[in-house]
Amino acid sequence: MHELAITEGVVDAVTGRLPDSRITCVRLEIGALSGVVADSVRFCFDLVTEGTNLEGASLEISEPPGLCSCRVCGVNFEPASPIALCPCGSAEVTVLSGQDLKITSVQVG
Amino acid sequence: MCATCGCSSGGGARLMTVGRGHSHSHPHGAAHHSGRDHDHEHDHEHELDHEHDREFAQVEVLSSADSERTVELQQKVLAKNDQLAAVNREWLRGRGILAVNLMSSPGAGKTTLLERTARDLSDRIAISVVEGDQETALDASRMLRAGSKVVQINTGAGCHLDAEMLSRALRSLDPAAGSIVMIENVGNLVCPALFDLGEQARVVLASTTEGADKPLKYPHMFRQADLVLLNKIDLLPYIDFDVREYASGLRKVTPDALLLQVSATTGDGMDAWYDWLRRRTPVPPD
Repeated sequence: MHELAITEGVVDAVTGRLPDSRITCVRLEIGALSGVVADSVRFCFDLVTEGTNLEGASLEISEPPGLCSCRVCGVNFEPASPIALCPCGSAEVTVLSGQDLKITSVQVG
Repeated sequence: MCATCGCSSGGGARLMTVGRGHSHSHPHGAAHHSGRDHDHEHDHEHELDHEHDREFAQVEVLSSADSERTVELQQKVLAKNDQLAAVNREWLRGRGILAVNLMSSPGAGKTTLLERTARDLSDRIAISVVEGDQETALDASRMLRAGSKVVQINTGAGCHLDAEMLSRALRSLDPAAGSIVMIENVGNLVCPALFDLGEQARVVLASTTEGADKPLKYPHMFRQADLVLLNKIDLLPYIDFDVREYASGLRKVTPDALLLQVSATTGDGMDAWYDWLRRRTPVPPD
């Protein structure tokens, strides 16, 4: 799915920033509400990095849980699924975190 | 290639102007933003392109050992797409054009909806269309017959449109002030949700034949919808579809989205959709 384009975006960004460095590790943050499946990114990573200065690099992914705030009862909660429903039953929630999709750092060898 | 759905960068996106005597294809790089390195004979300007490199702040070296060091990046993966989408949005706003990103599963009726919309509004609002499909110009031909200016983007193995593709399509279409650009995204309820194109509104088209559980099954797509059109309501007497169940599921995913019921085939409910469009279309300058 879109994880291939996402992974290509990761490689593009890293090679753009560090074109002359050999990258040995890439660290990503994929929030639980980001809409991206970490396992699919892992699958694509080796294919996409082939022939680049990221080839052979390891991939570390942190997956922080989502955090939402209910606009009805005011409670903050971690949704159990991408459908963010408050324990009170309300769907009127504000997503506070867990939607991030970013490259946190890389290891240069 | 992605084993999940088979999409890959190998196919490359191709843009075709239909019915205006020329077509061309661009080589399209791995991450869909190779705009800098293509050249062609058109006179469309490229001022939109690529101010975004400055976004990437200087590289900060956190620790430096003899052989290895960690470089902190803290960079959004979709930063390039998002920046180009912002440029598209500003370009559209500056020219007084409404752009609508229309997304649905394959077969929900996007092209039928657009054909009818273009015909019914033809004396009031000009509608041009960006057609996104993996292959063929079948939809572009249909929209051409409906009287629209149209650009077909074939994404090859790709499963969604991105902001760079729309940027190229807008140059080619050159839509007039006070008009609407309908972006018919690739039929897919998953991947297009992540890619901001620079549109002012997102419309998800669902159809009664898909079943009432779709908002709950594809929450990322529905959560971002400004408007959900439930199409093929003319089939309700013949199928097992509970509109209340559908509306209830939709409210759980996105309580704020508006739901309109339409039949693009019979025209039922379409006036509310046209009103929705008219309210958002900028008034062209005199």
